[in-house]
Amino acid sequence: MFKWLHPYAKTQAAYSLSQRLTPWFAGICVLLLVPGTLWGLLFTPADYQQGDSFRIIYIHVPAAMLSMSTYVAMAVAALVGIVWQWRTAFMAMIAMAPVGAVMTFIALFTGAAWGKPMWGAWWVWDARLTSELILLFLYCGVIALYSAFDDKQQAGKAAGIMALVGVVNIPVIHFSVQWWNTLHQGATITKFDKPSIATEMLWPLLMNIAGMMMFIAALTCMRLNNEILRREQHRPWVSALLHDRRENQNAV
Amino acid sequence: MQNVSCSKRDRILFENLSLQISTGQLIHLRGPNGAGKTSLLRIIAGLSQAEQGQVLWNSRALDTTYFKELVYLGHKSGLTASLSALENLQYWAHLHQAPCSEALLYDLLTRLGLVGLEDLPVKFLSAGQQRRVALARLWLKPARLWILDEPFTALDTAGIALVEQHINQFIDGGGAVILTSHQPLTSSAKLQYFDLEYRL
Amino acid sequence: MSQLIKGVLQRDLAIAFNQKGELAQPLLFLLIVVTLFPIAVGPAPETLQRIGPGVIWVAAILTALLGMERLFKQDYLDGSLEQLLLSGVPVFQIVALKSVVHWLVCFLPLLILSPLLALFLHLSMPMYLALFLSLLLGTPLLSLVGAIAMGLTVGVQKGALLPLLLMVPVFIPLLIFATSAVESAALHLSYAPQLAIIGAMLLCALALAPFATAYALKVSQH
Repeated sequence: MFKWLHPYAKTQAAYSLSQRLTPWFAGICVLLLVPGTLWGLLFTPADYQQGDSFRIIYIHVPAAMLSMSTYVAMAVAALVGIVWQWRTAFMAMIAMAPVGAVMTFIALFTGAAWGKPMWGAWWVWDARLTSELILLFLYCGVIALYSAFDDKQQAGKAAGIMALVGVVNIPVIHFSVQWWNTLHQGATITKFDKPSIATEMLWPLLMNIAGMMMFIAALTCMRLNNEILRREQHRPWVSALLHDRRENQNAV
Repeated sequence: MQNVSCSKRDRILFENLSLQISTGQLIHLRGPNGAGKTSLLRIIAGLSQAEQGQVLWNSRALDTTYFKELVYLGHKSGLTASLSALENLQYWAHLHQAPCSEALLYDLLTRLGLVGLEDLPVKFLSAGQQRRVALARLWLKPARLWILDEPFTALDTAGIALVEQHINQFIDGGGAVILTSHQPLTSSAKLQYFDLEYRL
Repeated sequence: MSQLIKGVLQRDLAIAFNQKGELAQPLLFLLIVVTLFPIAVGPAPETLQRIGPGVIWVAAILTALLGMERLFKQDYLDGSLEQLLLSGVPVFQIVALKSVVHWLVCFLPLLILSPLLALFLHLSMPMYLALFLSLLLGTPLLSLVGAIAMGLTVGVQKGALLPLLLMVPVFIPLLIFATSAVESAALHLSYAPQLAIIGAMLLCALALAPFATAYALKVSQH
């Protein structure tokens, strides 16, 4: 009797789960990101070498770290989708892609802005910068491939393969770029040394990393919800949901 | 085949279809344009996956034994334009592990009214002649199930008669056929209809 | 089985040689690109020697993407791909064979042409040797990995540049190791490590890429 429900259960379950999680992610994100950023930008002591310009670290480092982990998360979602044939996994993957791409862009942009006073140039072909740039290309490839298909189910699978090919390639890229960098440039760049960071500088950084993580999670959930609704707009449960919402609004 | 559903571009074409084909059966799949006939045939052939439900052959999921017993002819002819009819069929026979001695192929092409055109690149043949070359596969491979999507397009009356006769022979010999066609079939009592509706 | 391999190779090579004009186009493109560089940066032998390996490799990658269009596109359009997928033959085998044909048609002439290119760009003998070896190991990798991109985009009508966007991140490590091999050769250093890494990448691709491509082709049929 419930067999006809079975097909809708998955997307619907995913929808209600991410619907329930969104406010939590968003709330924790605000709780961490706002004090973390204020603390970092206003109240931590200035760096003895870099002065105030080091404060961009509170945006740059979380963005750079999470741009990579978002890509890995995407690849995991793609693998789940391909192995178990979950439609929702592909939807989650594609929900993450633009978020990760923007994170990558933020990391590159803040990196450039930081590089200007530190290294005297907007762009240096440093190993980390280069691999971050290639990461941006990978994100763009996945998004472009997804949008090239009219049939979004097909698009999800194709983009999933692309994400997997990319994730196999990431260590190779990282390694090769490092090699290339040392070969071509030598260690002329003063790299920012992290180990001896003062605790009052470290805390806001950790808060921002966690906050940014929540930020990405919240955005992903919201995008996933939209994606599910858009893809399933002709299904009964979506029309029922929308109908309920309208009723509620009228009641208010 | 059980409870098959399919949607294209997130539009539902059909849901929970069930259909059984057994030996000696000819099923004529009918429906207006856009009803999902081709999608259904492609699902049965194993080219695309159903969103739900599954296609079974001898109560087993589709595997290589199924493909060995299947001939599928779609809208697209599957012929390489720059190769000759002979080369095309030879390649196809190699792929499908069907017998393909040259004498056999010449004989077959003669029977299909393609004398003297065997070595011409397929792109120089007319649409009807190309369709004949594509249909030659029905004579080549010893199969048990044929899935034919609009097999009579572009064929002349003689060609249609030839193919229909071959279909009837195949069915009498214990084969099963499922086909779509917008023209009525004139053939045997074993003919069954299966109608698809257009859904919004 | 060997019958099948022969059949597939025969057919794909026949298709390639039926369109001789198309066959020569990528090579001409390569020659033109390599000729344009000395004109653009000046004829000084030291400069050319410095940029030579990079130019040849970039040109080879672009050529690969140019010639790759015909790998599956035509088969997809005329329906041969459907028949292939329904033949019951493991698709990855056919994909691997098609990659071999692509290499024979697209890159073998390039290898044969490479002495001329090296001459144009004033490469020294050890540099040329390193370049040749890196091309020998690296170009099959281009064929294998490029096939994935082509399989993914075969069902897409628009977007001729999409494969380029997909594959450039994958080609970057290859480019890095190949050019650094030539550079090491120029300094009379050993370039075996770079070649070994390219070889390892090739083996990985050989093991994985045909499966990815086969899956991509199946997806294209939905």
